[in-house]
Amino acid sequence: MADTQSQVHQETEMIPDHPEKVTLEGKNKFLGFWFFLGGETVLFASLIGTYLGLRGGTADGPGATDLFHLPLVFVMTMILLTSSLTSVFAVSAMHKGNMKGVLTWMWITVLLGATFLGFEIYEFYEYVHEGLGFTTSAFSGAFYTLVGTHGAHVAFGIGWILTLLIRYRNTGLTLTNAPKFYTAILYWHFIDVVWVFIFTVVYLLGIGG
Amino acid sequence: MSEHVDPTAPLKGEVSKKTERQLAREMRNQIITFVFMVFLVALSFLGIASEAIPNGFAIPFSLLIAAVMVVIQLYYFMHLKDKGTYWPNVFIWTGIFIAAPTVASLMLLLGVVKY
Amino acid sequence: MSNQKSQSKSTLWDWLTTVDHKKVGILYLLGGAFFFVIAGIQAMLMRIQLMFPEASFLPYQSFNEMFTMHGTNMIFLAAMPLLFGFMNYIIPLQIGARDVAFPFLNALGFWFFLLGGIFVNLSFFLGDGPPDAGWTSYVPLASDQYAGSGLDFFVLGLQISGLGTLIGGINFLVTVINMRAPGMSMMRMPLFTWTSFVASMLILFAFPALTVGYLLLMLERLFGANFFIPDMGGNVVIWQHLFWIFGHPEVYILILPSFGIFSEVIATFAKKRLFGYTAMVFATLVIGFLGFMVWAHHMFTVGMGPIANAVFAVATMAIAVPTGIKIFNWLFTLWGGRIKINTANLFALAFIPSFVMGGVTGVMLAVSAANYQMHDTYFVVAHFHYVIVGGVVLALFSAAFYWWPRMFGYKLNEPLGKWFFWLFLIGFHLTFFFQHFLGLMGMPRRVASYLEGQGFSDMNFISSIGAFMMAIGFIFFLVNVFVSIRSGNPGADPWDGRTLEWTIPSPTPEYNFAQTPLTRDLDPLWYEKMHGDGRMKASEPLGDIHMPNATILPFLMAVGLFVSAFGFVYHNHWVAAGGIAFTFACMFVRSIKEDHGYHIHKEEILSDKEVE
Repeated sequence: MADTQSQVHQETEMIPDHPEKVTLEGKNKFLGFWFFLGGETVLFASLIGTYLGLRGGTADGPGATDLFHLPLVFVMTMILLTSSLTSVFAVSAMHKGNMKGVLTWMWITVLLGATFLGFEIYEFYEYVHEGLGFTTSAFSGAFYTLVGTHGAHVAFGIGWILTLLIRYRNTGLTLTNAPKFYTAILYWHFIDVVWVFIFTVVYLLGIGG
Repeated sequence: MSEHVDPTAPLKGEVSKKTERQLAREMRNQIITFVFMVFLVALSFLGIASEAIPNGFAIPFSLLIAAVMVVIQLYYFMHLKDKGTYWPNVFIWTGIFIAAPTVASLMLLLGVVKY
Repeated sequence: MSNQKSQSKSTLWDWLTTVDHKKVGILYLLGGAFFFVIAGIQAMLMRIQLMFPEASFLPYQSFNEMFTMHGTNMIFLAAMPLLFGFMNYIIPLQIGARDVAFPFLNALGFWFFLLGGIFVNLSFFLGDGPPDAGWTSYVPLASDQYAGSGLDFFVLGLQISGLGTLIGGINFLVTVINMRAPGMSMMRMPLFTWTSFVASMLILFAFPALTVGYLLLMLERLFGANFFIPDMGGNVVIWQHLFWIFGHPEVYILILPSFGIFSEVIATFAKKRLFGYTAMVFATLVIGFLGFMVWAHHMFTVGMGPIANAVFAVATMAIAVPTGIKIFNWLFTLWGGRIKINTANLFALAFIPSFVMGGVTGVMLAVSAANYQMHDTYFVVAHFHYVIVGGVVLALFSAAFYWWPRMFGYKLNEPLGKWFFWLFLIGFHLTFFFQHFLGLMGMPRRVASYLEGQGFSDMNFISSIGAFMMAIGFIFFLVNVFVSIRSGNPGADPWDGRTLEWTIPSPTPEYNFAQTPLTRDLDPLWYEKMHGDGRMKASEPLGDIHMPNATILPFLMAVGLFVSAFGFVYHNHWVAAGGIAFTFACMFVRSIKEDHGYHIHKEEILSDKEVE
């Protein structure tokens, strides 16, 4: 079935408008991945809710106001937001049939993501030194679990995109790899969406209230 | 098998002029969107960091900005405004709809304060 | 693109590597049946212990382990996988598809479920014994202060199998949306497909909450976190919320596909179109939606406060409305129909009054003031067994008799089936009807014994007799499965069916439909019988059919997590990390090795057709 749909575009020698959604497999991936993101919404909501429920439970350990540095979080937010933009450029390049553009923009995205992850590791390292271990209090556990789960998502995204970048470094854009890049980019945007909530709820509310 | 198309063949050819124009317009919109989001983030941080603005205002303001940013990301960066995204829209909004009572109950209904 | 069909080396290898939705469906049924038997034996042991006052058949600790594992096995590892089995086999056939959307993920979901389930049950042989904190595993009872390594097995195994369920749910959703045959619009889908679709939606949004709950419990038990320890700033109610945000939708994940099964069976054997199809779909959606808004009715006695309790009580009662719509629609479908009484239909007919009783006690429990009296008594036990056994289990048996010829190419024996039905139904009511009164008299659930003069003795004895009848009935079923094998193939359409799964030859060919059928109305086969020549019109010329390749990777990925879970339980971080790394390595291989499947050629399909 996938074949009959793709034939049309191949014969006319045009880049299809949405190369990620030409084959049935691509359509399935696109839809399935969006649904997965819908489920992830509830996953992060559960973690954020748990954090909000437990953020007062510092058990004489350090609390949010003692620890968080707004400048660091601001820089991290900017880095992740920029990486979201570069992956938008990658999609744009894909729709022009420009695989070189896709690869270049995704490499930049990965580098920005790695920088973000580096900052996050540095941040955790600092907090542990200031006396906020994972087992210090309910607050500390909830904080590390929420932000750590986000960090694990970033790390997985970096590994995923790197795999694609190396695997498809000189195959050109195909109907098979277009949906793969597209879903990885959706995932990356979603990581940024979650971070918007984390910096607001954890850091800004931690300092402000 | 000549009648089956090879999905591993590199895509060749050009995009139509119409698509090209559309992509250029989209790119411009997305850069504007990005600048706007940077502005929103800065506003949100400044609201909390500044001593002059009371937290009673800054906190709901930050939450509002977060909500606006999420919608912008979903619709412009992740293309939910495009055609053919009926089901993704349904599922993302259902997810958000379920996320809201989840967060609220975990935050409030813990038996500490009775409602 | 490779056009070569992967050669299967042996039968075992064939089943380990299969990505065919029909074989995965049968694997789900086998796995689910295995855990169903285990959980059934556990229930019998408990009923023997409770048969007489102050009995000493089971040590009290063992009794705690039995009710924990009975609930866990039945809900997570028996009821859901059995439904998944039918969903896997039947949904693609009902929508005219050749396959599911993600055959690889489908197999992956199954192996996650099976190995996760086996891991939980290995706690019987390893460590400090099985978990003993109830299937709900409330903290602090489930914390490392009070519970041994059984809880680690529980938490890790169920995380793995929960992942499998989530994957399966996404697969069904995309299958239903993207793979429907021409003419099969959403509002022409059979009700079983519709209800499974909504149940998959519930899976997608409910399981992440459970994953987080188990993750937190695991981090607390294995890595010393303090989410649930009040002295350290924690709060135990967090666990209850996370569990029931999943747990309540879970009961709808079970009951909605069951409703779908009854809708198919009743319409087929009343020889009538389902009454109020649109209202049925609408009611399904409303139940799915409300199912998410009522979880706190399990927590009325926690002390959330009167307004919170009232809101959740009202929302809970509201669910009775769409459910009532469904009950009336089934009755109106039967009204004036030419009803054929066979085993499949008997189970469906018995379901209606049984389930209504469970629904009525549900509304009683929803009254939050009265709930304080009934909470944690046998009244609750009676209620949820009336909805789960009276709803889900009767549906599973009905579905087994109904779809057995489709799946295995022979009909189950009717007289044996009727013995099974009557023994099971009478046994079921004997067991659980009296538990309502035990509960109202104050007998607490999850307690291993009672005293002589408490007035509980007679009804407990009757209840245990009923349980024996159910067990004997089930043995009739097992015998039936083997006795009936030689009864011969009844052909493609043994029940004078209405939907697409009865239009293909029996046994079902690997590619399901030689030509994708054209659906012209609701109940497409019935429409062709009434308005056409009784055969489906094809929506495409005969051509080569694309099929996915078999692969061992799903099994290996599940093995990786299975091994890793041992590492976590025994605090061996190398094994834990190694197992996960192995799973990721398999994912990596899957990602870089493009697998485009193969084609079954037109000539082969033509020769199949001639044989037919």
